Amino acid sequence: MRRLFLRNDFSGYPLRKDFNMDPERNMYSTEDDIEIDTTTEWYLTDSGDLKSVSHSLFTDDDFVVNIGPQHPSTHGVLRLQTILDGETVKHIYPHLGYIHRGIEKLCENFTYPQTLALTDRMNYLSAMMHRHALVGVIEEGMGIELSDRIMYIRTIMDELQRIDNHLLYTACCAQDLGALTAFLYGMRDREHVLNVMEETTGGRLIQNYYRIGGLQADIDPNFVSNVKQLCKYLRPMVQEYLDVFGDNVITHKRFEGIGTMNEADCINYGVTGPAGRASGWKNDVRKYHPYAVYDKVDFEEITLTHGDSMDRYYCHIQEIYQSLNIIEQLIDNIPTGEFYLKQKPIIKVPEGQWYFSVEGASGEFGVYLDSRGDKSAYRMKFRPMGLTLVGAMDKMLRGQKIADLVTTGAALDFVIPDIDR
Amino acid sequence: MFDFSIVAKWFDNLLRVTCGLGDFWVILIECVLVGLAILLAYALLAIVLIFMERKVCAYFQCRIGPVRVGWWGTLQVLADVLKMLVKEIFVVDKADKLLYYLAPFLVIVASVGTFSFLPWNKGAEILDFNVGIFLVTAISSIGVVGIFIAGWASNNKYSVLSAMRGAVQMISYELSLGLCIISAVILTGTMQISGIVEAQTGPWQWLIFQGHIPAVLAFIVFCVAGNAEANRGPFDLAEAESELTAGYHTEYSGMGFGFYYLAEYLNLFVVSGLAATVFLGGWAPINIGIEGFDTVMNYIPGILWFLGKTFFVVFLLMWIRWTFPRLRVDQILNLEWKFLMPLSLIILVLMTICVAFNWTFTIV
Repeated sequence: MRRLFLRNDFSGYPLRKDFNMDPERNMYSTEDDIEIDTTTEWYLTDSGDLKSVSHSLFTDDDFVVNIGPQHPSTHGVLRLQTILDGETVKHIYPHLGYIHRGIEKLCENFTYPQTLALTDRMNYLSAMMHRHALVGVIEEGMGIELSDRIMYIRTIMDELQRIDNHLLYTACCAQDLGALTAFLYGMRDREHVLNVMEETTGGRLIQNYYRIGGLQADIDPNFVSNVKQLCKYLRPMVQEYLDVFGDNVITHKRFEGIGTMNEADCINYGVTGPAGRASGWKNDVRKYHPYAVYDKVDFEEITLTHGDSMDRYYCHIQEIYQSLNIIEQLIDNIPTGEFYLKQKPIIKVPEGQWYFSVEGASGEFGVYLDSRGDKSAYRMKFRPMGLTLVGAMDKMLRGQKIADLVTTGAALDFVIPDIDR
Repeated sequence: MFDFSIVAKWFDNLLRVTCGLGDFWVILIECVLVGLAILLAYALLAIVLIFMERKVCAYFQCRIGPVRVGWWGTLQVLADVLKMLVKEIFVVDKADKLLYYLAPFLVIVASVGTFSFLPWNKGAEILDFNVGIFLVTAISSIGVVGIFIAGWASNNKYSVLSAMRGAVQMISYELSLGLCIISAVILTGTMQISGIVEAQTGPWQWLIFQGHIPAVLAFIVFCVAGNAEANRGPFDLAEAESELTAGYHTEYSGMGFGFYYLAEYLNLFVVSGLAATVFLGGWAPINIGIEGFDTVMNYIPGILWFLGKTFFVVFLLMWIRWTFPRLRVDQILNLEWKFLMPLSLIILVLMTICVAFNWTFTIV
């Protein structure tokens, strides 16, 4: 066991209710963090005593390379302490928390409407889905029945956001493999998706669109025609990514059999989303715990068999088509009605515990809410999508090359602010 | 065809006879002038190549590239060079200082050295030995040492990894590069660069036509190996920016880094230039055996032919770079040792057979 998000010299456990929040005792430290090269294992002896034993992370002979915290291929501030034997990876220790903002702790002090602002900033590529899970759990707690219009628009927005994420994902896969041209093709088309969303939400990265009880604003008058145009435009473009990058022989050589994880391990490690579905694990929240109007639309859950980086890439590509299908089914039938159900000025959730999960772009994103009937949560817990993916990287990559670390990281599709919270 | 040696002889005479200078002074003045010309051409070509790369990759990627500085962005690279020149050279505290400073010079020496062998025009080969092409491959190997030393001296783990990769890759690909050149030498019967080009004048006499199948294969292998030798994508493992940040030159700044940058682009030019010289006839114009056509072609100066062919190959290599993803280190070595190297040996045998039985393509 070692500190996951906080500094090694931090004392206490901030999420415990008896933690002293006195600002004097929690000053910001300007000292360098202590680097601990050991990890502690705790166990109970037969007589019931709690004993600890210390393991060192690496030996003196090991060649240790820190991939990150500032590294182009980690897509953020993740530090992977990698032990190498030549070019071969022996072990990976992820060190997290470089962008830890204590969102869960903040949520305990914010009122419910205030907490909404935080989720968009976790995985900014799944901003809509994250917000959907948060408003979903609060609405469930308050027992709000949403109008059809709200649910339709939320579904469309979620899928647009998924396309946005998947386009960036396919682009970044290309970039991490050194194919900058394919990267810019993806970015070019992502602009179109963002333009469509921007007209309604006003945001491009941080969307701020869902509210407790509905939406921030009604859809733009041009939204329907823009979305239709976008769907028509995107379908042939996806084939272009495959032509220029996905079906390239070098891509296949780099992706096939890299970062493989079988279905059982995916379940054990909690590798959800396209990464898990690539190994055959049927885990799509949209199918098995439908929310919004996902039970009314007809779409396919993409599952593949190999569980390697290539299948993860193909899974994302095919999900773009599925998202387009969903949008096309809904966009013509958005019912009329209220886009926002008026709530009381002070929102309080009755006492109880709820969990609401949505299918984020790269996995299941869940929010657990423990309410004591106040205007702020007693405990708010987020299940991030990327944390389990990063946790599984060590298992996936042992014995493979350092270049495969980059490939696997790219194919897994994690975003750091979402892991660190 | 204009023969540049007329100018050279006239200038030599001017110094010797008209000015009455002794051997020492004549050679000194001539060497300094030629050296200046080489360095000037080196710097100018680097600027042209960098500008070309930025524009070419921009158009591949649906962008327009630099457009703000100067007309159509033409002064952008000059501005970048200026910036590079005034930047502080920042030394890593724990670097091996001597090797750290030495490495960029080795790289630039190898690059300028090979650059000087290129045949610019008839009679304008600057270095022209009887083992010229052989010496080019020898000098280009110094570059590997520069890269290896840079990686080692920087005292940075990424750099060490990158240096290992660079050394392994460049040493391996030198083999097939050399073998392809040898098969060309078999065909021309000389290692002197002026001789190789001379053998390619006349109708359909470029090696790629003369040596038909083996020569075309050799040209392709040469381009692939040359691309790897110049450390460019999809073989840019040594500086794979998504894996090793910037590889062996991570810790260099200012002109230290500038030298690597220069050398990278000039190596691209040298490799393309060699490919153009050995397979596409260097400064030799295209002749097809029809008198009128040939005469017109012969009026085009040799330097234009040479630059045209070289930039054609440069464009090919840029096209490859901006299309393909990067290979992995073991795949690169597989490609070399299991495919290219046996293939170039087969080409060598084929070429020998062709020459021995006189199956070359020649119109007399």
